[in-house]
Amino acid sequence: MNCIIVDDEKMARVIIKTLCDKIDYLKVVDEFSNAMDAIKFLNSNEIDLIFLDIHMPGFNGLDFIKTLKNPPKIILTTSDPQFAIEAFEYDFIVDYLLKPIELPRFEKAIKKAQKYESTRVSEKESGSKKADLEVENDFYVNIDRRLIKIDLPSIYLVEAKGDYIHIKTEEKNYIVHSTLKKIEEKLPDSLFLKVHRSYIINLKKIIDIEDNSVLIKRDVIPVSRSNRPELMKRLNLL
Amino acid sequence: MEKPNLAYVDKLANGDESVRKMLIDVIKTEFPEEKEDYYNSLKNNDCKKTEENVHRLKHKISILGLEKSYKIANEFEHNLRELNLDKVEDFEKILIVISAYLKTI
Repeated sequence: MNCIIVDDEKMARVIIKTLCDKIDYLKVVDEFSNAMDAIKFLNSNEIDLIFLDIHMPGFNGLDFIKTLKNPPKIILTTSDPQFAIEAFEYDFIVDYLLKPIELPRFEKAIKKAQKYESTRVSEKESGSKKADLEVENDFYVNIDRRLIKIDLPSIYLVEAKGDYIHIKTEEKNYIVHSTLKKIEEKLPDSLFLKVHRSYIINLKKIIDIEDNSVLIKRDVIPVSRSNRPELMKRLNLL
Repeated sequence: MEKPNLAYVDKLANGDESVRKMLIDVIKTEFPEEKEDYYNSLKNNDCKKTEENVHRLKHKISILGLEKSYKIANEFEHNLRELNLDKVEDFEKILIVISAYLKTI
């Protein structure tokens, strides 16, 4: 089973590599200190299993999962089990391991991954394979006769301005001749929410929320009274 | 205060001296860097960054078998999420203990 390790902490990667080395049929093909490099790797390489840290700065493990079009099996690694719960809505996540990871628990997780693989193969053979949960990772916008690709998770704000929308991303801002309604249809519900008739926000990029506004990056965005209950429902409140 | 130990590292290395050394080397290299990042974030009053730094240091604390300290780090991390610095002194004591211990191994 070919696998990769995605974790921002070197010690964690070294420990998982050490544990993998104890299992003959596990081969660590590569390791990554951030999710973006792992995504690039997965675009041109096929692997069977990912050990994925959930809690990484910036683009975290859950954001990473949402970008995968044909996800391999994933074993989450985390210090906080509550973060793992959200991820279990995805059927390709076979287990989660609490750090520091002990060998017996690690072996158990690998067995689960193997079992998952054999179940998936038999379902495929019998023609009853469930459709993979696919999440579109990007879309193209037409700007000055050029089609420009925009990665969805990098968008933090979309603002309607007359006949145009402003798409603000981590790297760049785009002005596109379109409507908020059209772009809303393209954005995954799991990540984005319309909080006002002129604004769609990326929920993962919220810095803080006051009564009738949210702070995203340096933008203070109004939240309409009718959209506030949905916003509150979508937050992971303590 | 509880003392750090290498029980987890030894268990993982399972008698392989080169693995043991590699694990210890990584802790000794990564811990001071993470500690420095932590103090910088704290100095800049950046609670979000400080929380991330504590999260990473927390793993080292558990690797070194400091169970009570791990709980303190956990509480501190949660406090930081609410922009609250309660437990900062306790957490710093843990960092001092680990720093001293790493000089002995």
